[in-house]
Amino acid sequence: MQSFIDGLIASGAFGGLPAEAVYPAMMFLFASLVVFGFVLPLVTITIWLERRVWSRIQSRVGPNRVGPQGVLQGLADGVKNILKEDVVPDAADRPLFVFAPYLLVWGFLATFVVIPFSSALVIADLNVGILYIVAIVALSAVGVLMAGWASNNKWSLLGGIRSAAQVVSYEIPAGLALLPVVLLTGTLSTQGIIQAQGWAPWDWFLFHSPFTFIAAFAFYISALAETNRTPFDIPEAESELVAGFATEYSGFRFALFFLAEWGSLYVTGAIMAVLFLGGWQIPTGWTNNTVVLNIAQLTVFFLKAYFWVFLAMWIRATLPRIRVDQMMSLCWKYLVPLGFVNLVGTAVWMVIWPEGNAFVPYLMVVGTLALIVIFFRRVLYHLRRAKPELYFNPAI
Amino acid sequence: MPLEALVFYLLAALTIGSALIVAGSHNLVYSAFALLGTFMGVAGLYALLAADFVAVIQVMLYIGGILVLILFAVMLTHRIADVEVSNRTVGRIPAALILGIVGTVMGVCIGAAEWVQHAEPVVEPTTSGIGEAFLGPYILPFELASVVLLVALIGAVVVSRKELRGPMVDG
Repeated sequence: MQSFIDGLIASGAFGGLPAEAVYPAMMFLFASLVVFGFVLPLVTITIWLERRVWSRIQSRVGPNRVGPQGVLQGLADGVKNILKEDVVPDAADRPLFVFAPYLLVWGFLATFVVIPFSSALVIADLNVGILYIVAIVALSAVGVLMAGWASNNKWSLLGGIRSAAQVVSYEIPAGLALLPVVLLTGTLSTQGIIQAQGWAPWDWFLFHSPFTFIAAFAFYISALAETNRTPFDIPEAESELVAGFATEYSGFRFALFFLAEWGSLYVTGAIMAVLFLGGWQIPTGWTNNTVVLNIAQLTVFFLKAYFWVFLAMWIRATLPRIRVDQMMSLCWKYLVPLGFVNLVGTAVWMVIWPEGNAFVPYLMVVGTLALIVIFFRRVLYHLRRAKPELYFNPAI
Repeated sequence: MPLEALVFYLLAALTIGSALIVAGSHNLVYSAFALLGTFMGVAGLYALLAADFVAVIQVMLYIGGILVLILFAVMLTHRIADVEVSNRTVGRIPAALILGIVGTVMGVCIGAAEWVQHAEPVVEPTTSGIGEAFLGPYILPFELASVVLLVALIGAVVVSRKELRGPMVDG
């Protein structure tokens, strides 16, 4: 990136402007490009997908009018939200109320800096990449607290406080669950973690040992809680708190809350893909074209990330919300001790088999595949028995 | 002005500006939220000094942990926005005294320190170095700090559990 800009400066593309002025301008331009050209479409498509998936699970059709299959529904919703009046309640704390959504969006956009979409496509391969993602999520927690307090509304405050308690608690099992991977690779860089894995499932850290397998799901549960997804959506529990910390927001600022929520859902999937599913790893040697290779890697990465996103949608459409005390006891009594067991277990595993066990990964891959096959056979059996026409035509 | 100096002054302005709000605001909630700017500014300064690990840990612990806890306490307090302090002059003399002492000590330290200067900016991973220092030469302070934190944790559990208190407290 820097060498590219240096080349542009040397060729006189900026008419002799000093390099100190060009760098920040180019950074700003690049960041805007990433946000408008990549993150916004990504989030709108994730929201559309979620609504379609729910609809199918609930035997409905879902949004299918705007654009082919309703893909552009997010665009329509976004335009509608921007055209709405931006209401600031009279009793609200105006500066904090106005600022809070930006903080929330900032916290989730900042994670995109270290997500490696392919071997070449990463904004900055920080040495502390994974730690950076865990840390920067805290900004969202502060944003939620700010929104909750500034709204001057009982439900908002309760939602904000619940959310902060949840994020602070689940940071610990999430951090503990990614430590086994850091132990195995000896690096915190996201690219380094991906390079330590292979394209085949038995080279993924998900199937490296039973401990990493458990750690993957412990991390996924913690990440769902950190992003306030069902069954951990108690901060915005509709039946209790109206819309939690977002109750008083309207128009564009409400759209920002939406953006941050579904954006962090995608980020969760991407981190899972990086840590446990081998990220962009694909078989090499079949092409020498760098562009083709990177596009293939990008596709594989997106498929893996969206697998976890789809799982989150499925869970949201299936499970009821848990209570606050259940949420806390799940974190502190189950996930945290499990995290320590995984950490010590992985360390012992590494002492016994420094190169990794040669047999266990294959066994775990076969076992998981068998489970998936059994599950789909059951589902197909029930589908044939029930004969719901909706399901056999996914493109209504 | 070189870019590094510009970034440094921006970060310093952010840090000191929000620290002034923290100290000077009459609304305790604004003070607590202004801490965010201070912590971010300090993290940015660490990042500017190529101390990437320390910068991230600063964000994680101070914003994710301490700031959220402070905000929690502040928000659950009744009528926090208009705290009436009856006598505002009481603290002035001790404050001036402490400020003078700390300022003098810091000035002397800054003057006496030997600053290491590199011709080229050094950007290399610091994480493994910090880890090896913790488990090598500095293992005793590290373990001592761990024990202190463990004691604090157990103390918090004991204080917050009702059934462990005597029947007098519960009434």
